[in-house]
Amino acid sequence: MLEDPQELEETWADEPGLWGWLCSVDHKAIGRRYLGTATVMFLLAGGLAALMRLQLSRPENPLMGPDLYNQLFSTHGTTMMFLFAVPVMQGLGVYFVPLMVGARSIAFPRMVAYSYWMYLGGCIFLYTSLFLNTGPDVGWFSYPPLSEQLFDPTKRPDVWAQMITWTEVASLAVAVSIITTTFKLRAPGMALNRIPMFVWAQVVTSFMVVFAMPAVMMASTALILDRLVATHFFDVDRGGDALLFQHLFWFFGHPEVYIIFIPGTGIVSTIITTFSRRPMFGYLAVVLSLVSTAFIGFGLWVHHMFATGVPQLGASFFTAASIIIAVPTGIQFFCWIATMWSGKVELKSPMLWMLGFFWVFLIGGLTGTMLAAVPLNIQVHDTFFVVAHFHYVLIGGAVFPLFAAFYYWYPKIVGRMLSERAAAWGFGLFFIGFNTTFFPMHILGLHGMPRRIYTYLPETGWGPLNLVASSGALFMTAGVIVVLLDAWRARHAGALAGDNPWAAPTLEWTTSSPPAHSNFLHPPTVGSAYPVWQDSPDQAVVVGLRSDVRDVLVTHLLDTEPDHRSVFPEPSIWPLLTAIATSVMFIGSIFTAWAVVYGSIPIFITMVGWFWPKSPDEGGTQPWPATERTLPLPNEAPEGAMP
Amino acid sequence: MTAVLQSVLDPAGPQAAHISWLWWLMFWVTTAVFLVVFALTLAAVWRGGRAQAAIADTADKPLAAAVSFGVALTVVILFGLLGATMWTHRAVLALGAESAVTVNVTGHQFWWEFEYDEAVPSQRVTTANELHIPVGRPVVLKVTSRDVIHSFWVPNLQGKRDLIPGIMSAIWLQADRPGVYRGQCAEFCGKQHAHMAFEVVAEPDAQFERWLDAQRQLASAPQSAAASHGRDVFLTTQCVLCHTVRGTPAAGKVGPDLTHVGTRGKIASGTLQTKPDDVAQWIRDPQHVKPGSQMPPTRLTDADVQALSEYLVNLK
Repeated sequence: MLEDPQELEETWADEPGLWGWLCSVDHKAIGRRYLGTATVMFLLAGGLAALMRLQLSRPENPLMGPDLYNQLFSTHGTTMMFLFAVPVMQGLGVYFVPLMVGARSIAFPRMVAYSYWMYLGGCIFLYTSLFLNTGPDVGWFSYPPLSEQLFDPTKRPDVWAQMITWTEVASLAVAVSIITTTFKLRAPGMALNRIPMFVWAQVVTSFMVVFAMPAVMMASTALILDRLVATHFFDVDRGGDALLFQHLFWFFGHPEVYIIFIPGTGIVSTIITTFSRRPMFGYLAVVLSLVSTAFIGFGLWVHHMFATGVPQLGASFFTAASIIIAVPTGIQFFCWIATMWSGKVELKSPMLWMLGFFWVFLIGGLTGTMLAAVPLNIQVHDTFFVVAHFHYVLIGGAVFPLFAAFYYWYPKIVGRMLSERAAAWGFGLFFIGFNTTFFPMHILGLHGMPRRIYTYLPETGWGPLNLVASSGALFMTAGVIVVLLDAWRARHAGALAGDNPWAAPTLEWTTSSPPAHSNFLHPPTVGSAYPVWQDSPDQAVVVGLRSDVRDVLVTHLLDTEPDHRSVFPEPSIWPLLTAIATSVMFIGSIFTAWAVVYGSIPIFITMVGWFWPKSPDEGGTQPWPATERTLPLPNEAPEGAMP
Repeated sequence: MTAVLQSVLDPAGPQAAHISWLWWLMFWVTTAVFLVVFALTLAAVWRGGRAQAAIADTADKPLAAAVSFGVALTVVILFGLLGATMWTHRAVLALGAESAVTVNVTGHQFWWEFEYDEAVPSQRVTTANELHIPVGRPVVLKVTSRDVIHSFWVPNLQGKRDLIPGIMSAIWLQADRPGVYRGQCAEFCGKQHAHMAFEVVAEPDAQFERWLDAQRQLASAPQSAAASHGRDVFLTTQCVLCHTVRGTPAAGKVGPDLTHVGTRGKIASGTLQTKPDDVAQWIRDPQHVKPGSQMPPTRLTDADVQALSEYLVNLK
């Protein structure tokens, strides 16, 4: 049963043509789709932001009225948080986590395919609604009573609430897959202390998704129930509570920030390690920082609600928690600096964006400690100071690392290099544009400019700084265009990348660029946390997997001792059909509660198709042939003793 | 710095002053932290960039000591800021409530209702969009909302407080010098959130008491023929359905009380001046001035609108 390379590739390849494309359960194809769709969402929501900046560039601008402006800022925020930041990070995870842990596939590949189609459904739904003049218009957190039927009788808040449901389904599915992939599909030898930092970040984030998303699901579902069947969860006149929504929403909403930022730190650790040519300084401290950030991150949500009048003792607790969370982030900063300090730094294009990250995120993090302080918070809360703060945090903590990741992994995904010169231009324009746009907003907030206003009177004196902010948007746009044009050019014309153009240490660089359908001809085993740098050239590989079916090695959680073989599912059209059936039900449920009843019938039918019993070769598990341990425990034997 | 109407950094009362102190403390501390950390980053990149090879990670011991020192310093600074925060928070809340003026503040889409509390109901004063307070005396604002969530915010005096339907909460503020301080709704409340401003007029005690007495009076009778005609228009059209002018049969409770609207500097929540032209513009087409506001357009003749404006601006 030894592998036949050609047969192996045929086994793992999708069928050619459109049908094969629709049926694909290849995590690399799905990851690419996630990344591509998220990029489109970033550009669309960025376009909306540019329109907002145009409107605010001068006082009493007659360009647009509140009806359009409110839709623009609500859709901008909703897109960036739910349809860009979370999915783009999860898309990176879908593509790279299996490669980084040396697996042939992601766990539950059909569920991941389903999650992508659901995500796409949410994107199409939101933007179709916007172009039909039914885009969300009560902000990305849609507080009741403003979002209740009485004050917004249109379908706009329903669109918002139901879009949340789509993205929840998608991100929960990906979170479960990433956790399972990391726990059960790691290469033999990859003990917990050898898991790449990016994978750690993805696992921690996925756990946060699993605990945070149900809270917002409660909030958005209760809201749509209030609107659809008059349940009065948040209806004050009938015993409901308007504040309840805020607690539910921010119990999700604050961890959401870390759901976006922690993968960013994973990218930072990965890239700094590679370009410092040394192992990450303080690996254990950084992993523990990530985990503690995730825990503390669930204890700060009330600092979004200080202005509602929280009693002093309660407020003090949340102030303390909000300040304490800076400690794990500080630990990571010092470890990154120490890594570069003691390394041999190469300032390639990804590292430029890293420098931008340090500048921007530091400012965002420091204004974050100001927002933790109740007295300052109640002054600047809901002003442009906060707008500036969270753009520094989110663009600094996620978008700058994402640009770095784009330059770092584009050669792996596409197989060709991007231009270093275009990278410098793109970075320079974006960095200058970003600071020009968002830094003045701090001052505007201190000068009393509330957020979410479609215009302002000339005598407020906010005009000049708003004009400066709007002009910066031009530079940001130019920077993005430079990067995109270069990516478009390089996909055929860039220099060939080879397997490992950056001489990076992790497993995704040991396979071809772009990776083979089966990821690895022979799944690797590892003897260190940095296999390319530290493992011996004759490091063992996994043999004995079948090449005529999608055979995957499943290992134990802690010691990664081989456990059993599992035959993974073939490509299938059913995830797409199930996603369509689910989406139709979601759309229908905006108009009538009966859609839930009738809409579940097609979902049931498609699920039956999906889970139709299979022959042993199409699924199920086989015991691993070895009867005794094949690997020493990581702590048992010296590195050189690997078979 | 350009002249701005309102600012956190120009405190006119004890609360805002405490908060502004905390702001400058945090500003300087975080600026120092930023400069040090970013300088370290650049130094690390510069040093690493010149290195021939990475240092073996077995030689990380001194570096670990440096990192531990950095983390310890971070913790110390953070606890220092936490202490300063707690102290400021106490100071902001500690304002005595003796001899306080109590005002009930109710938020509406998109205007502010102020009711001066008195034990005797007939002595209560209701006004809109212009809050008068005595200088040097604490003021208690009991805030709530009739429709959606709003937020009361006068940056020069005090931090904001949300007006939440079904919940009443109290916030203290005090002005230490006379002046007019602008405030604005700070929680997104719908289409005209952008134009939901108000003014706080802080004046010496005697002047404040005179103002309060004047506000208790019924509306004055029109002094001119035009104003007299304006009153007839007011009382015979849809105006009375929403607005109150005490001393006339008009007793609507949906819109602002207009009994002494002529004494207020601005109309339409800080959007227009209380001048005949502006008032006429507002009456004619409020949806043009503030799209989405609750005031419907009127179908009055130009002459009627002029007369009505004349009547309203003279309601002193």
